[in-house]
Amino acid sequence: MTTSTPATRETEARKKATAPERAVRPDRKPGRKPDCKPGRKRGREKNRLGYNILGLITFVVMAFPVYWLLVSAFRPNREIRSYDQPLWPNSITFDNFVRATETRFFWTAIQSSLIICVTSVLGAMLIGTIAAFAIGRFNFIGRKPFMMVLIMVQLLPPTAMLIPIYVQLNAMGALNEYWGVIVVYLVSVLPFTTWMIRGFVINVPKELEESAMVDGCTRMAAFWRVIFPLLAPGLAAASIFALITAWNEYLFAYILMQDNDKYTLNVWLMNFTTDRGTDYGGLMAGSVMIAVPVVIFFMIVQKKMAAGLTSGAVKG
Amino acid sequence: MTAADTQAADPPVAGPRDPGGSGPRPPRDGVRPSKKTTGALLPYLLIGPAIIAIGAVFAWPLVKTVVMSFQDMGRRELWSGETPPWVGFAQFTHILGDSQFWAVTFRTVVFMVVCVTATMAFGLLIALLMQRLSTWVRLLLTGALVAAWSMPLLVATSIFRWFADSDYGVVNSLLSKVPGVDFQGHNWFLNPWQGFTIIAAVVIWGAIPFVVITLYAALTQVPKELEEAAQLDGAGPLGVFRNVVFPVIKPVFQMIATLSVIWDFNVFGQVFLMRGNKPEPEYELLGIYSFQKAFSSSSFSQGTAIALITVLLLSGVAVYYLRQLLKTGEVE
Repeated sequence: MTTSTPATRETEARKKATAPERAVRPDRKPGRKPDCKPGRKRGREKNRLGYNILGLITFVVMAFPVYWLLVSAFRPNREIRSYDQPLWPNSITFDNFVRATETRFFWTAIQSSLIICVTSVLGAMLIGTIAAFAIGRFNFIGRKPFMMVLIMVQLLPPTAMLIPIYVQLNAMGALNEYWGVIVVYLVSVLPFTTWMIRGFVINVPKELEESAMVDGCTRMAAFWRVIFPLLAPGLAAASIFALITAWNEYLFAYILMQDNDKYTLNVWLMNFTTDRGTDYGGLMAGSVMIAVPVVIFFMIVQKKMAAGLTSGAVKG
Repeated sequence: MTAADTQAADPPVAGPRDPGGSGPRPPRDGVRPSKKTTGALLPYLLIGPAIIAIGAVFAWPLVKTVVMSFQDMGRRELWSGETPPWVGFAQFTHILGDSQFWAVTFRTVVFMVVCVTATMAFGLLIALLMQRLSTWVRLLLTGALVAAWSMPLLVATSIFRWFADSDYGVVNSLLSKVPGVDFQGHNWFLNPWQGFTIIAAVVIWGAIPFVVITLYAALTQVPKELEEAAQLDGAGPLGVFRNVVFPVIKPVFQMIATLSVIWDFNVFGQVFLMRGNKPEPEYELLGIYSFQKAFSSSSFSQGTAIALITVLLLSGVAVYYLRQLLKTGEVE
């Protein structure tokens, strides 16, 4: 009884493992070669054409706003101020960019954006990495609640936090100060970076760290010398992602900063919208300047980001 | 899985030391206690800064939100720093008795349902379509999706606002090309139904890439053999989808749908920016409503009470999301 059960289970498992392959392969491979190939392929090709057309329509819909942004940034103002704009520009100009960079507070806005984003991301990366190491490597009481907090914090609507944060920063005299916004940004990206780095921590084999410790490293030394270099690509991805999030943030910067010369780029962009109308050419040129670094960074990290998220999901 | 992993792998951490020190037992006993305590404290030291930071910026303000919603904080209290008077449940009874609040809540729910349904439906269809495309079309489409995904909300909203601009908007000029239709100078935002169509468009356009790319990744997990076996057994495309494909992607689908509910319920920036930072009352969703009460009417307590009600309304969805996460094994 006891000996037969595992044996039957094993054969069953083997059957299960091979069953789908066996059921399909004999059907598919020989069937394809002799007679099914021509008809099937033509049918598939015909279908594919239909699907491809649908795919191209989807492409046009999804890409059109991006295309319009780029085209309009280089479009002369007299074309923008016409009731019937052609879908492609008749002439190209850099006037919009010149006008945008000459708009008041452009350079201080770049400076503010850089100070706020870089500082908050560096802080979040430092705190996030050590926290991710803790939840990725140690099994301690409170680990699970901590992870729950990380997720729940991301579910809180930012507008719900805006008012008390505003009141609190006002009481601390941090309104209109860089550090107030920096702290807010740091903590807003912290849960996500921690979660993402954790995915990469889990992917570094424990054995590496252990062998380093056998060789006489302390736990921290093993981390800095062995794990950290292996984490580098993941850290880069997480930091760029955090940077993008901070770079795009608008609401808190708008509410917490009151001086024009402390506005971040996103708030500065509102300069193009006045009560008398909107300078769309300038707005689009400014948008391109803000969006281009984001798009480039995003394209670099999106694959790594997906890898980090899914590895964390599968191996959690 | 992790628990088993850590338990199985943890002894070796201490293990390699043991063989070396297995002979002389007493010294090890002398060393161990101190090591053990630092070892046990270490993870807490590591998560300490994160806890403090999250506590300072999220937990404390959340407590503050609750406290403030039972007070009456206005501009005077904000600047003077006096403790605002306690009013008990007055803010809540006032809000819940206000017909405008219910109108805003209703509008928010309808807007969320429309956006989530459209996002998930289009997202799923596009993801299924991606599987059937030639490689070059798929790459083209993926490029467009990534570009749309990475577009900052502010930029995307600016573009869509321009699309709908009454004088220079491309929507009006394209619609006017249809014979017999004159949309020139048409203001889309006079009628909130039309205005919300534009706002929904930017929300859905912005959300689709994430949904498509995630669902497409999930679809690649569906075993081809199963699909083909079902086809051989005579299942139509719909049958294959319902019985084979969907069950595999269901956990991911539910997860994204739940996230979309949370995100679309909290839509703020799109409306706020679309209406030039001062949305009219008929464009108020719960987030905007709370913001307006706090910053335009200077009734911070009412604003926080509305925000708190929003969080409570969403907490059910959030709990569902967490349970999904637990079930699919992302946490532990």
